[in-house]
Amino acid sequence: MTLYNIHINGLTRTIECEPERLLIDVLREDLRLTGTKKGCGIGSCGSCTVLIDGKPRRACRVKMIDIYPSPSLPLQRGGRGSDSRFTIHDPRITTIEGLSIDGKLHPIQQAFIDCGAIQCGFCTPGMVLTAKALLDESPNPTRDEIKKALAGNLCRCTGYQQIFEAVEAAAKIVNRKP
Amino acid sequence: MKRVDAIEKVTGRALYADDMRFDRMCHAAPLHSAHPHAVIRSIDTKAARAMPGVIDIITGCDVPGTKQVGGIIADQYVIATDRVRYCGDVVAMVAAESADIARRAARLIEVDYKPLPPLLSTEEALAPDAAILHEGRKDNVISSFRVRRGDIKRGYKASRIILDARFQTSFVEHAYLEPESCIAAPEQGRAVTVYGGMQHPFSTRRVAAAAAGLPLSFVRIVQTTLGGGFGGKDDTISVVCARAAILATRLGRPVKITYTREESIRESYKRHPFELAYKAGIGADGRFRAMEVDITADSGPYCSMSPFVIWRPTVQCTGPYAVPNVRCDTKAVCTNNTFTGAMRGFGSPQHVFACESFIDVCAERAGLDPWEFRRRNFFRQGTKTHTGQKLIGHKVAIAQVAERALKELGWKKKWALCSRGKVRNDGTYYGVGFACSYRGVSLGAEGNDFCSSIVNIQPDGSALLEVGVSENGQGLKTAMVAILAGELGMNPDRIRFVDTDTSSVPDGGPTVASRGTLVGGNAVIDAADKIKRIMRPALRELIGPSRKGYLFKAGRIRNPENRKSVAFEDAVAACHRSRIYPYALGVWKGPRVSWDEDTGQGDAYFTYVYGCQACELTVHAKTGKVRVSRVVAVHEVGKAVNPQMAIGQVFGGIAMGLGFALMEEIRHNDGMIENLNLNTYRIPRSIDVPEMTAILVENPDPVGPWGAKSLGEPTNELMGAAVANAVYCATGKRFTKAPITADQILGDIHG
Repeated sequence: MTLYNIHINGLTRTIECEPERLLIDVLREDLRLTGTKKGCGIGSCGSCTVLIDGKPRRACRVKMIDIYPSPSLPLQRGGRGSDSRFTIHDPRITTIEGLSIDGKLHPIQQAFIDCGAIQCGFCTPGMVLTAKALLDESPNPTRDEIKKALAGNLCRCTGYQQIFEAVEAAAKIVNRKP
Repeated sequence: MKRVDAIEKVTGRALYADDMRFDRMCHAAPLHSAHPHAVIRSIDTKAARAMPGVIDIITGCDVPGTKQVGGIIADQYVIATDRVRYCGDVVAMVAAESADIARRAARLIEVDYKPLPPLLSTEEALAPDAAILHEGRKDNVISSFRVRRGDIKRGYKASRIILDARFQTSFVEHAYLEPESCIAAPEQGRAVTVYGGMQHPFSTRRVAAAAAGLPLSFVRIVQTTLGGGFGGKDDTISVVCARAAILATRLGRPVKITYTREESIRESYKRHPFELAYKAGIGADGRFRAMEVDITADSGPYCSMSPFVIWRPTVQCTGPYAVPNVRCDTKAVCTNNTFTGAMRGFGSPQHVFACESFIDVCAERAGLDPWEFRRRNFFRQGTKTHTGQKLIGHKVAIAQVAERALKELGWKKKWALCSRGKVRNDGTYYGVGFACSYRGVSLGAEGNDFCSSIVNIQPDGSALLEVGVSENGQGLKTAMVAILAGELGMNPDRIRFVDTDTSSVPDGGPTVASRGTLVGGNAVIDAADKIKRIMRPALRELIGPSRKGYLFKAGRIRNPENRKSVAFEDAVAACHRSRIYPYALGVWKGPRVSWDEDTGQGDAYFTYVYGCQACELTVHAKTGKVRVSRVVAVHEVGKAVNPQMAIGQVFGGIAMGLGFALMEEIRHNDGMIENLNLNTYRIPRSIDVPEMTAILVENPDPVGPWGAKSLGEPTNELMGAAVANAVYCATGKRFTKAPITADQILGDIHG
């Protein structure tokens, strides 16, 4: 077992687990962040997409050791609850729970609602996070770029078109901000 | 109005069954059959029980109630006892402290099977010497229907052309993104509550109560947020919930079962593969004189919803065309492949693929273009269908939707540009195609149409709303809230939709057959009418008597006779003060429908919807890859309660239809599914979908709530044939097996 201090959604959380434990189990079971969904367990559906340092990753394919390769790093030094030192790399994880700030929806979330991009909702967290990574990198994507960025996120309900429209609408709002 | 469940879904707060956790909860996992057909001689669980963390293992003999269950015929074991009939049959359930331990322990269970020869096709199952899969039956035909109308021989005699064609479709997976999941929690006083993601909590309750040997009142099913259904979250999730309920009652602990994707695909039912034979006679005027249709469906080992799945194509076998002489025979046949049941359309995507491909073949042989041939044969107002039903009481809108779709696509010009087997300079073939359908609304004469709702107005004027049909992700809650808000003039934000709880609202029948809005909406309207009647004495006191009734609008209630009004909240408060409770049970019963089993004659459905989808595509000559670039869909819906959500249904139906048309096929090898996860069973991705245009045509129906009819399924039944017809116009080759894969196309172009 290893102690990890995880920087997640702007907070630091401490958990103890095997380095081989999958991030999705850490999120859903240990941290009870159940907004990250498990649809296939092999990285094919994208429902478990989270952002690690802003990049979309499949939480069902990422082990703790992949995020924290060196056991000496964000390992706690003084036992539970004490300060830890993140000296070299300190990955930031964002899940769907961390996207809205102070109860205010992120523009992408609002656009998903406004454009009718949500049906059963199971793919929605992964879709929204993938869209965020895209807009952070390329604030004015074309329809084709949006399609490509979302190609790893399956949706069985919407036929995707209203999702594309939501990402385009969100891009407009994000770009309007100073 | 925006979705009422949108914020929780977009923030990750919506609770799906697997997101829930209970104190003292344990986990259970299944052991599936290793054979498609075998006798179970014995099961040894000793080694599995010895694994640390294992709590309990149950087999078929531990099922305390009914051993076999099923929506129509009780032929599926809750847990197999003496015999397995497909590789998805469950032979044991292991309960453990973690799901991982349960799965590892399941692998240690030793089952001694005596394999039996499996029936792996309907042809084998129909052979005269075939083994009978279920004792007590005379053959393997689990359900059959027929239509006899007019005189086929005379029809052929009056024909100038007689032609026939055969078509085939494949096993298709629902691929809801949320695998089956539920938690059963024991309650005080012998009761058990099961929280789960199912389409129809009431059928789950019937199955779970029967299997657990409990009265219905002692089993409570609460629907959690459903991560997709499409017809697939009924039989299988019901049995999964039953197993959880049995374990929870035995152990006195909450039990969670969450399937992996592989377990889900292995055990859950699929879309029936169909074999269809069409034959028709066409007169010199380009009009049908006769049609014969034979359909054989592979039901797998269990009945499930097979009768519904083959009955609908029986009723709709001619497509929206007038044919005076018709013979139709349909049957569902038991095999040892994975069992099949309801999936978006109830057999219609399979049948429309064949029928509308055949119509294009007929048009060409008759020397007419696909539009002109259809136009001559379309149903008109008052046409008698082949079941003898006169199409009246609603607008027969098939020509209206088809004309609109072709105009929007620019079909005439594009039809002239089709490659017809000649490769273009860019190495592709180009084609356009379309398909038309009509569709009976709701369950029809094979079912029983009804629904209920409860409206409970609280002292502050806010409302609790329950409906006997359920949210499947399609937006049912939002539509029901909108209808209640409209009827009572309330602000929708003041209405709380309570997720279906079987211990509260009466059964509303299954949320299938595109019936949710229609039946639920009508039940809500009935409850709202009753609320208005209940409030009448209080209103008389507050704003005077009115013979014309009172108007509920924009938060106020008006007396049209004296123009006095009162705020809705104040009127409700006055009711509560005088112990008049604005609480009502709304009930809706469907209009009369009829069906004669011998002749297949009757008014099969009380109303119909009409649709047309047209597409434009290219076929890459070297790779055989089809790229659909544009789809126009026109659907007559009666009335769209929420146009944005209705359009979402259309886009979703098109995408799923494209999967059916071009890529989706569950492959069995000796009865075992080969593609058990989403890397090998591919569904359309964002980069696979075309630019889509959805047009809703509204002809309000007298039966529907605010005139609304159906939409979810008709959107899913047209792409198969539209694509097949476009591929034909592109390559000059007619493909009769769905999906039309690149391999199939390459084989034919170069072979």
